[in-house]
Amino acid sequence: MAEFEPVLLANVGKPESWTLKSYEANGGYQALRKVLGKMSQNDVKEQVKASGLRGRGGAGFPTGLKWTFLPQNHPGPIYFCLNADESEPGTFNNRILMEEDPHQVIEGVILSCYATNATAAYYYMRCEYPKAYERTSKAVAEAYAAGYLGKNILGSGYSLDIFMHRGAGAYICGEETGLIESLEGKRAWPRIKPPFPAVEGAFRKPTVVNNVETAACVTHIMNRGVEWFKSIGVPPDPNNPRDAGSYGPKLYCLSGHVNKPGCYEAPLGITAQELIDNYGGGVWKGRKAKAVIPGGISMGLLSGDELHCKLDFNGPGKFGCLGLGTAAVVVMDDQTSMVDFLLNSCRFFSHESCGQCTPCREGTSWATRMMLRIKAGKGRLKDLDLLAEIGDTIGITPGSTICGLADGAAWPIKNCIKKFRPELEEYIKRTNPTGWADTKPAPAFELVGIH
Amino acid sequence: MSTATNNRVLTDEMIAEIKAFIPRYPSKQAVTVPALHIVNEHLRYVPLQACVEIAELLDLHPSQVQDTLSFYGYFKQDKPAGRTRLWVCRSISCGLRGGDELLEHLCHKLHLQPGETTPDGRITLEYAECLGACEQAPCMLANNELIGNVTHEQADKFVDELK
Repeated sequence: MAEFEPVLLANVGKPESWTLKSYEANGGYQALRKVLGKMSQNDVKEQVKASGLRGRGGAGFPTGLKWTFLPQNHPGPIYFCLNADESEPGTFNNRILMEEDPHQVIEGVILSCYATNATAAYYYMRCEYPKAYERTSKAVAEAYAAGYLGKNILGSGYSLDIFMHRGAGAYICGEETGLIESLEGKRAWPRIKPPFPAVEGAFRKPTVVNNVETAACVTHIMNRGVEWFKSIGVPPDPNNPRDAGSYGPKLYCLSGHVNKPGCYEAPLGITAQELIDNYGGGVWKGRKAKAVIPGGISMGLLSGDELHCKLDFNGPGKFGCLGLGTAAVVVMDDQTSMVDFLLNSCRFFSHESCGQCTPCREGTSWATRMMLRIKAGKGRLKDLDLLAEIGDTIGITPGSTICGLADGAAWPIKNCIKKFRPELEEYIKRTNPTGWADTKPAPAFELVGIH
Repeated sequence: MSTATNNRVLTDEMIAEIKAFIPRYPSKQAVTVPALHIVNEHLRYVPLQACVEIAELLDLHPSQVQDTLSFYGYFKQDKPAGRTRLWVCRSISCGLRGGDELLEHLCHKLHLQPGETTPDGRITLEYAECLGACEQAPCMLANNELIGNVTHEQADKFVDELK
């Protein structure tokens, strides 16, 4: 770990790191000068593809491959959307980048747009980030003034505009087609795919949607090369033909019951235990970890004895979690009630379900009602089976919803019931001594104060 | 849609701001959310009449603007929000470090339920899903100012000093 040199966070903490002056003094926009007009657009695309960069927003889809899905020789326009709608509970790495080093992200956007021949980029930022919005807007204006944006950038003949666009407080806008619908001025209902955005996206034109950290990685790949990027991280698992490897540095967001919560840059593949101990200063108050969210709440749970899990794209899945997600690691100590955890998780998803698909809208709502019932001491053991049934039947995985939000809602339920069932049963029996064995239909709890 | 001029709520300034967004997008409908933000910044809410007028500017039916507004949790429609909108985060990282208790504390202190505004129009108290400041849990957002690692005492002091 000691020899690992952070690149994504290298400028964070330097004086006025968010200004163009500071960024340029630390080597900023050199990748752009090296690439624009000097490398073919296709070569940039191929380099990013060769680097093995996988999207940092949650799904881990290979970025270069996503770019190659754009139609060949399209007359245009092609749009680029930067997904800065970071809303996954536990996740704040994009905020750090946008507040502390916005030019790094902008340079990555310009390079990504050049590679994909996009002529307009929409920077879709959630409205809960006023400081990031202010600094990024200023940075965009600085980039225009310096000739890094606008017409004929650096004399290359390539032109690009970046438009800032604010969201309005909806988690679903982080789903790429939800983001596109929202950008178009509509409710953010995800679209049925195919067609994928690369074929028909924003304003019915081919569109690339990439995450903030992904764009920042593109800057460094063009600066330091493919070999450098592939020297960090984990190669593909030979036993898993679907694993594309996990290369490059990653921003891990560590929060919850640790001594030093924060955003830390580490090579992909660090274990949860190493992250907690070496970066987070261990679990707080000398306690042990009971459960750890490996990558944002929708990824599910690792139990306290699964912390040797490698936090690469392939790692959490081996422990029954949905995946690496946003690499937001949330630590829960041994005093944490898993009833409280699951209620919090269900409440979040029922609030954020967009309502388009019935299984998700109703499933997340009923899961919350049942968790409220359990929390209030009226739970029955049967409720756990009902919750598990919701967990098994909502989502893309069982095929009942359009987008993956429901899978994200289901995974914490499934993991929690599988890994912590004895605790949940004990709570139900203790708090409902006369009714825990009931199996008859029971009145639901109202969602008072939830929505 | 036509409306009596003396009932209009969009000022010339707001209209100019909204129109400035139109060239950025290939469709006028895409200006809907920016327009809602602009009105909200001026009025601290977006009354139905504003939706009608936004629709006129963007060649939409008012129901299209209203549909979008009602989807997002951000825009109030019945009456203006308080001078400070105070969001308390209740998602998991804050929840583990006292976010729910902080919200409850402020509810008691201000005699408000989440979503309500103090009678003097000073503060609207709201809960937020993840504010993305989990390393500073529990946190809250007061208009554009993020306040992290909030104790109940600090929250009291902050709220007392709000104008």
